[in-house]
Amino acid sequence: MYEFNYDKANSAADAASKLAASDDGKVLAGGQTLIPTMKQRLAAPEDVIDLASAGLSGIAVDGDIVVIGAMTTHATVASSSDVQSVIPALAELAGNIGDNQVRTRGTIGGSIANNDPAADYPAACMGLGATIITTKRGLSAEEFFTGLFETALDEDEIITAVKFPKVDSANYQKFPNPASRYALAGVFVAKTGSEVRVAVTGAGNDGVFRAHKLEEALAANFSADVVDISPMPEDSMIEDLHASAAYRKNLIGVMTKRAVQAC
Amino acid sequence: MSDTGIGAAVRRKEDFRFLTGQGNYTDDINRPNQTYGYIVRSPYAHATINSIDTSSVKEADGVVAVFTGEDMQVGSIPCGWGVNNKDGSPMNEPFHPALAQGKVRHVGDQVAIVIAETYAQAKDAAELLEVDYEELPASINMENAVNGGPAVHDDIPSNLCYDWELGDEAEVNAVFDNAHHITSLDIVNNRLVANPMEPRAAIGEYDTATGEYTLFTTSQNPHVIRLLMGAFVLQIPEHKLRVVAPDVGGGFGTKIYHYAEEAIVTWAAGQIKRPIKWTCERADAFVSDAHGRDNLTHCELALDADGKFIGLRVYTKANMGAYLSTFSTCVPTYLHSTLLAGVYTTPVIYSNVKAVFTNTVPVDAYRGAGRPEATYLLERLVDRAAREMGIPQDEIRRKNFIPTDAFPYQTPVALQYDSGDYFATLEGAQKMADVDGFAARKAEAASRGKLRGLGYSTYVEACGIAPSAVVGSLGARAGLFESANIRVHPTGSVTVYTGSHSHGQGHETTFAQLVSDTLGIPIENVDISHGDTNKVAFGMGTYGSRSLAVGGEAMMKALNKVVDKAKKIAAHVLEADAGDIEFADGKFAVTGTDKEMAFGDVALTAYVPHNFPHDELEPGLEEQAFYDPNNFTFPGGCHICEVEIDPETGVTEIVSMSAMDDVGRVINPMIVEGQIQGGLAQGIGQALLEGAVYDEDSGQLLNGSYMDYTMPRADDLPSFKVGTSETLCAHNSLGVKGCGEVGAIGSPPSVINAIVDALWDLGVTDISMPATPQKVWHAIQDAKMAQAAE
Repeated sequence: MYEFNYDKANSAADAASKLAASDDGKVLAGGQTLIPTMKQRLAAPEDVIDLASAGLSGIAVDGDIVVIGAMTTHATVASSSDVQSVIPALAELAGNIGDNQVRTRGTIGGSIANNDPAADYPAACMGLGATIITTKRGLSAEEFFTGLFETALDEDEIITAVKFPKVDSANYQKFPNPASRYALAGVFVAKTGSEVRVAVTGAGNDGVFRAHKLEEALAANFSADVVDISPMPEDSMIEDLHASAAYRKNLIGVMTKRAVQAC
Repeated sequence: MSDTGIGAAVRRKEDFRFLTGQGNYTDDINRPNQTYGYIVRSPYAHATINSIDTSSVKEADGVVAVFTGEDMQVGSIPCGWGVNNKDGSPMNEPFHPALAQGKVRHVGDQVAIVIAETYAQAKDAAELLEVDYEELPASINMENAVNGGPAVHDDIPSNLCYDWELGDEAEVNAVFDNAHHITSLDIVNNRLVANPMEPRAAIGEYDTATGEYTLFTTSQNPHVIRLLMGAFVLQIPEHKLRVVAPDVGGGFGTKIYHYAEEAIVTWAAGQIKRPIKWTCERADAFVSDAHGRDNLTHCELALDADGKFIGLRVYTKANMGAYLSTFSTCVPTYLHSTLLAGVYTTPVIYSNVKAVFTNTVPVDAYRGAGRPEATYLLERLVDRAAREMGIPQDEIRRKNFIPTDAFPYQTPVALQYDSGDYFATLEGAQKMADVDGFAARKAEAASRGKLRGLGYSTYVEACGIAPSAVVGSLGARAGLFESANIRVHPTGSVTVYTGSHSHGQGHETTFAQLVSDTLGIPIENVDISHGDTNKVAFGMGTYGSRSLAVGGEAMMKALNKVVDKAKKIAAHVLEADAGDIEFADGKFAVTGTDKEMAFGDVALTAYVPHNFPHDELEPGLEEQAFYDPNNFTFPGGCHICEVEIDPETGVTEIVSMSAMDDVGRVINPMIVEGQIQGGLAQGIGQALLEGAVYDEDSGQLLNGSYMDYTMPRADDLPSFKVGTSETLCAHNSLGVKGCGEVGAIGSPPSVINAIVDALWDLGVTDISMPATPQKVWHAIQDAKMAQAAE
């Protein structure tokens, strides 16, 4: 790790102004990606602004909306009776991120701001049609996630909360990378009335995406039997040591069917 | 049986300090005025070093010194075993520099050491080192390396270390020419990274007052390191070199070898006259710890019409990596080919091994070393032969087992097995695995869309390494005996100094049980000391499941000497003849009388010898013994694996793993079970999860971190069914054979055979290790396409 300046923000606005004032600043949420990356000397921010005291953690239910503060840990989301009762699939997803240590430190805001193509939360945001609230605005998940490790956040913009609408039913199925346990393919299926959303993480070259053809088929007939992944282009899939494009594509189909069956 | 003696499941004495964070590992040690070293490593697989500019490094904050290969002109890091070519000529043995001499030969090769007041300063300064590399084409893949690939060493254009053989090829070929059936297989034995929990570390120190060097290091065998580094690399005589291997957190073979970093910190400490600590980071461990396995083999088994094995021929290419690590050369030859008879009566066997240099990390012994490779190819061949000939898996094995009354049994590949009962371990494993109920379980799984398979492995291995006369005749450049010293203190407590080294095996408990049992004293009164060349007379260390069979026997020899001496003391005090003294339950008694003396009283008398007849009886009670075994020991057994495969995802779940092993007499059943479980976990790791992957062009290790290298975790493994079935070793006093490696040796083929069994009906006939979900899924798809095309 290289030397850096450490600073604490006492609010989201304070963090945003400190970030704006820094030439090369990073905000520190749970640190489960940033700190290892800094230790490996792959990231070398000049200033690290800690959000721990910015008052951004907590879960609230507002009618049919669950609002989760950006600094809320995965463990808190997983064990929240509010999340469990309104969107159980979201609590379950949070409970299967990383390991116990990661879940106790890692936060929802940190995860989606990083937009790792194999992370779980982006699939939940996209699948549930979440709204990402920042210091400047509210963004739909589609607007927010713009590519591999890329988001719509400005340099001095910080996520403050994520709003998830209640759905009729939802389920997330993850096929883990055997080594890292990140998703090789993770599929979040959500159904509300006649609308079906299918969000895929871990597999796409551009990160999380919605599988529109599957959504249309499932909206017409919500059954695993209609899940047909053959039109999905293989060259849009990530290919690495652990999974060929063909295998990843197959996993999307299998995980989608299992998610539909579990909905 | 006492509750702390031989056969008792005594809880491990050492665990309290380990589990409460009070272990004393190399990185926990800090020496006065210590500096920190960072090793700069090659980013290239193969390159010429045109120049190195250290000037900016020397000016950086906190830097004490920087040394490159130009500064460190020392001897070659030696290889411990010479293997001859078929024609009798010696193997190619390239110079193995501690710091690169003008060239780097694998990613991770050592280029320089930067020494500073803190580790962070050393690491920061290392980034300022300017190395002018000229990248060269590299030989990564073994097939390319031996077929005109770039020479790893300029003076070895063939990239061959040796081309060795065992057996008479013409004789074996003649048997094949008349065989009823021949089964052939091409086998990949995947390359593994050992990944002990504690990464390697070393502290070098030089005492200007005495001229003595001290090296603290994460070693399985400190005396061997003293010999190799002192005599061959740095020319420091033994009396001026102390090597300490304190608590060591796992080795699995990879901490046997003498590594460059040990020589670098020791030598550099002499230059700067200050201690230097180096601790390996995990990323560097992936590219500098010796890797394991990595063989490509073509093998063929000849059978008669009745399914009897009549001949075996095996052609192997074994990857040595860029340099010869300490025991690298003997692994694919004398620890591999000599095991090719397995548990069978195959009368003629031929093995040819070509050892190949590549621009990769050196490869050496890893848990099992050679024996897992031999077992794997043999058990895969037997499984395939049974399928091809329509013989049940257990029947083909029974048909070919060495009969239980045939021991001692001379194999055609040099070894003579002293004892074993392969029928008993097979039957025992079948019961544990409920083989009879398999068909019903398979049908039930099929009703859920899942594929079940059952796989056998019946194996023998050679451990208790090793009879010095035998290994010496085969090219070992060392003896493989062990030493023990039993020091009885005046109040009757005992310290044992052993040349074995515990790095997780539980020696402090098992060895103490031997002493408690033999001397009849409480186990709390016994301490085991190991790992310091200034305390222990000599030692060859711990590997090859040798600690109990060799180190334990040395201890028993010394204990017997202690008892003999104590009898003389008791006889003197009790005014009897030493021949009339009986020793039992910690008491020396005069036969046929009620006169007796407790062990503690004898000990005290030994050190308060007020009226000893000095010409007959020396004061003190301390004995030394060296033990050199007469033969290897031969644990064996049967592992049966049952898997359930999800054809949609290719995921293999091990639903049951049954291991019935004959490890000879069991001293501590809990520790034995722990060793077997650990071995099974690593065997399953090799079969399903692990495998180092190099980029064939750049020579970069593609899975050099836990994000991509899959270590086995608890949830990858079933609850093991482990049993032991005892036949005693016939040539040592304890009857012990060894248990450290059996799990890793026996299990991999049982896992793969189970997968093949599950997929056979789909048309999948082979799957290579590691059988990852992706690989299994692709095999199923390929088989479906092939069937559709028919």
